[in-house]
Amino acid sequence: MTGTVAFERHDAEAVNSARLRKPLYSARRKIFPKRAKGPYRNFKWLVMAVTLGIYYLTPWIRWDRGPFAPDQAVLIDLANRRFYFFFIEIWPQEFFLVAGLLVMAGLGLFLLTSTIGRAWCGYTCPQTVWVDLFLAVERAIEGDRNARIRLDQGPWTARKIALRTLKHAIWLAVAVATGGAWIFYFADAPTLLRDFVTGQAAPVAYTTVAILTATTYVFGGLMREQVCTYMCPWPRIQAAMLDEHSLTVTYNDWRGEPRSRGTKKAAALGIETGDCVDCNACVVVCPMGIDIRDGQQLECITCALCIDACNDVMDRLGRDRGLISYATLADYNANMALATGNGTHAIKPSLVRDASGRISDTVARFHPRKLLRPRTFIYFGSWALIGLLLVYGLVSRDRLELNVLHDRNPQYVVLSDGSIRNGYTVKLLNKIPEPRTVTVRLGGLPGATMSAVGMEDSESKQITVTLEPDRTRSLKIYVRQPREKNRTPGKAQRLVFHVVDKSSLDSAEYVTNFESPE
Amino acid sequence: MSQKEIDEISGVATTGHEWDGIKELDNPMPRWWLWTFYATIFWALVYTIAYPAWPLVTSATTGILNWSSRADLQAELVSAEAAKSDYIAAIEKASVEEILADDTLRQFAISAGAAAFKVNCVQCHGSGAAGSPGYPNLNDDEWLWGGSPEDIRATIAHGIRFAGDDETRVSEMPAFADILSRDEIDAVVKHVLALSSGGDVADAGAEIFAQNCAACHGDAGKGNPELGAPDLTDAIWLYGSEPAEIAAQIRRPRHGVMPAWEARLGETAVKELTVYVHSLGGGE
Repeated sequence: MTGTVAFERHDAEAVNSARLRKPLYSARRKIFPKRAKGPYRNFKWLVMAVTLGIYYLTPWIRWDRGPFAPDQAVLIDLANRRFYFFFIEIWPQEFFLVAGLLVMAGLGLFLLTSTIGRAWCGYTCPQTVWVDLFLAVERAIEGDRNARIRLDQGPWTARKIALRTLKHAIWLAVAVATGGAWIFYFADAPTLLRDFVTGQAAPVAYTTVAILTATTYVFGGLMREQVCTYMCPWPRIQAAMLDEHSLTVTYNDWRGEPRSRGTKKAAALGIETGDCVDCNACVVVCPMGIDIRDGQQLECITCALCIDACNDVMDRLGRDRGLISYATLADYNANMALATGNGTHAIKPSLVRDASGRISDTVARFHPRKLLRPRTFIYFGSWALIGLLLVYGLVSRDRLELNVLHDRNPQYVVLSDGSIRNGYTVKLLNKIPEPRTVTVRLGGLPGATMSAVGMEDSESKQITVTLEPDRTRSLKIYVRQPREKNRTPGKAQRLVFHVVDKSSLDSAEYVTNFESPE
Repeated sequence: MSQKEIDEISGVATTGHEWDGIKELDNPMPRWWLWTFYATIFWALVYTIAYPAWPLVTSATTGILNWSSRADLQAELVSAEAAKSDYIAAIEKASVEEILADDTLRQFAISAGAAAFKVNCVQCHGSGAAGSPGYPNLNDDEWLWGGSPEDIRATIAHGIRFAGDDETRVSEMPAFADILSRDEIDAVVKHVLALSSGGDVADAGAEIFAQNCAACHGDAGKGNPELGAPDLTDAIWLYGSEPAEIAAQIRRPRHGVMPAWEARLGETAVKELTVYVHSLGGGE
């Protein structure tokens, strides 16, 4: 008799089986972006030329400010605490202007993101620009995608060593130039370059160049897309600025699917196919190593190179451009509904094509009017308002200022003739790079006279002071009032310091108190 | 343990953690992150070898760089002293008048003098140098011993009625309670008040004043800085302006004492103090 042994068979698999286990840490998978050609690529070259040009050349622009100020157009003079920007000179207390610019830059980024998506990431972010530059170097030396893959996988021949050495040498040279350009913003560029080359520059200059060289080389050459994917917070934050009317680089699967590598064969079999021929042109050009056909994703910096690549293929196939395009989510959803009969069936590209096989006029296309939305108005409005306030702040600021600090200990002094004296620290700020002679005058206090420590003038109603260019002068001024002129003993009286530059008619005043005993 | 949940969109297993419907994907960390982590550990080890770090029983490792915050402070103090040395050398050589005439030196001396004043002088003269009854206000323009730079310097250097200095300033007003009668003193008080307020001075006290007081305070009561005799005609009263206060000062005068500072602080500090006091507004 053959018995049957009862046992239970479990429907299970070991969670940590070697087959399922994933590595805890994974190596970077190399990306070899192919060169793209087209309007977006050209635009990116242009942006690269402009942004790098601005960065490298700005410190060398000269701007004549006369003999008492540096002639560098853009200079952050930390030692003297002055910031020069062409015709604008900013003192530390006016730094709010720079802070305002930073706020504008932030709001501008919001505005840009809410309208044209991650254009900052795709075109102007320094990481993108330098990676693009480093890739151009790599391509020039090692060849385009296929040649680079072959070289990378091939053995270490003399040629490979030579090419790699050359590439890294040029990368390092670019990195040094990048770090080097940075320090020229903080000192007179020609002088600093000479000092730097001859080893006479300050240690901080060499340290800065070394650090920026390292970061440029590592981020631009070695890390590349990983900086955007793993290190940058902006891809996470930008989701808050995007809405369904923001333009993003989109694979229009409502006309692309079902993708097919053999359209003629499929047509012969009566199978309807989309425009995508699965050539992977969009994949090989992508510097982020993604497939845009998987949909909008965090890694996509919207550099639009896949649009260039795909349009090129569509042109060759004689199909409409725009299989991959800048599109809004709203338009995409509308077209998707059109192609799927509101989701009742799979995508039928024939529903979005007209009789001639072209894309039908009924599909939703982006209209510039959609740029005007409450969100963009609010961003633009705040941006413009801050801009106007900054312009107002800039043109209305005083170039001659006066600050007065009343002595608090003692608040007043009784003099031998019975008159009352108060002491003040008066600071005169000459904010133009020229010497001037100004007059300090008292007002508001009956019978008041003054004298300044270290100045010859005896008691008088006004004193004449020379100010050095672009400097603050601090004066100790004693103001005295005869006892009989004080009608309110024990109470503070109003005292006004006026300062006037008679040649430029600049003036300022400061209201303070004059104290007296009861 | 149950089957791992696979995220539908990404095809990646989740960690099982969920917040408001958002699930965490179980993606592997990039390996460069691991290397960075190892690099920081290595850096920390190097750091603890290079700098003081590991606690021992009674002390701690000093690190092979021999760095210490005390040495840092010492170096900073030395460089601060070095930065000041040019000014101090110039002040040593210059007279007080020369310091006052030089913008930079004057400002340096005022700052240095103010610091010395805060340490040595505020106990009597107050932090604002405004004094108090019995302790002169240094801001005003009355000077018992003269308000010229040289007078002020001599006063600070040698002190007043200070036993330890031969050149100290000395004066002593007799106790008139032993010399004059109560009525005579009252008459002098009235006269002195009249001098100060600009009233009629041809009163009964005038003659007593001329005989007993004018020798030091002068016929018109204008005082004499040579003798440290105060001006009685102005609005400033060291011991108070009430008749009773003046009478008390005539009967049994109080005499202030100030130490001689040159022996303690040196010539340079005395010059700096002089410039500071002179700059308070009353200097002549």
